[in-house]
Amino acid sequence: MDILCVCGMGIGTSVILRSNVEQVAADMGLDVNVQTADAGSAMGTANMCDLVLTSAELAGQLSGTSTPVEVVSNFMDKDEIRSVLEKYAA
Amino acid sequence: MATDIDGFLPDSSFMLDVPAQDWREAITLAGKGLTASGFTTEAYTGEMIAAVENLGPYMVIAPGLALAHSRPSAAVLNTGLSWVRLSTPVKFGNKANDPVSLVIGLAGKNEDEHIVVMSAIASALSDPVKTAQLKAAATPEDIRRILKA
Repeated sequence: MDILCVCGMGIGTSVILRSNVEQVAADMGLDVNVQTADAGSAMGTANMCDLVLTSAELAGQLSGTSTPVEVVSNFMDKDEIRSVLEKYAA
Repeated sequence: MATDIDGFLPDSSFMLDVPAQDWREAITLAGKGLTASGFTTEAYTGEMIAAVENLGPYMVIAPGLALAHSRPSAAVLNTGLSWVRLSTPVKFGNKANDPVSLVIGLAGKNEDEHIVVMSAIASALSDPVKTAQLKAAATPEDIRRILKA
């Protein structure tokens, strides 16, 4: 599964999110490829991924993509990340 | 990884149990830690504040935690972080995760250099035991030791 983590700058919060998504996916035995991008340039990559993860403030900027966009409110909560991934794991 | 954490979070980058009136002052403190450590010029503080003004308080990524940062720019001299633990939490305007008691400032020269230290921080702050230890830690050395564990 290709996952794109989006934040405002592409170097900060999305990097944190990617780290925790990779850990949760490994715990679940999911094979994922996680990339990061800033909200301004995310659209092209988003369309090629299976899932986009971002924060509530930025989700609106990604509404044009055909890929599902899921909001994560606590980037440090592995249970929340797991429940999102479970929806798309099948 | 140990070397990364020592280099990216030197003693000069820490402010522990300091007061701030509001989120701008909290980010300003994070900027001072970055400047004092030679990671950025003073201009970077304004860039971090502008990022919140322009994009909203999305940098409050977990309850009580803000990751203050901007983009790689001329104001970024070296990749590094700062660690500001507030004596009284302040609101950033983030409904889910306010108020903020820990502001981590991030200056990145590029997209890669800081990934190892960021992963260590992500790992520590997603662990409730380590998060509690970080809140109680008395010195920068103690905090680095918890992040390395």
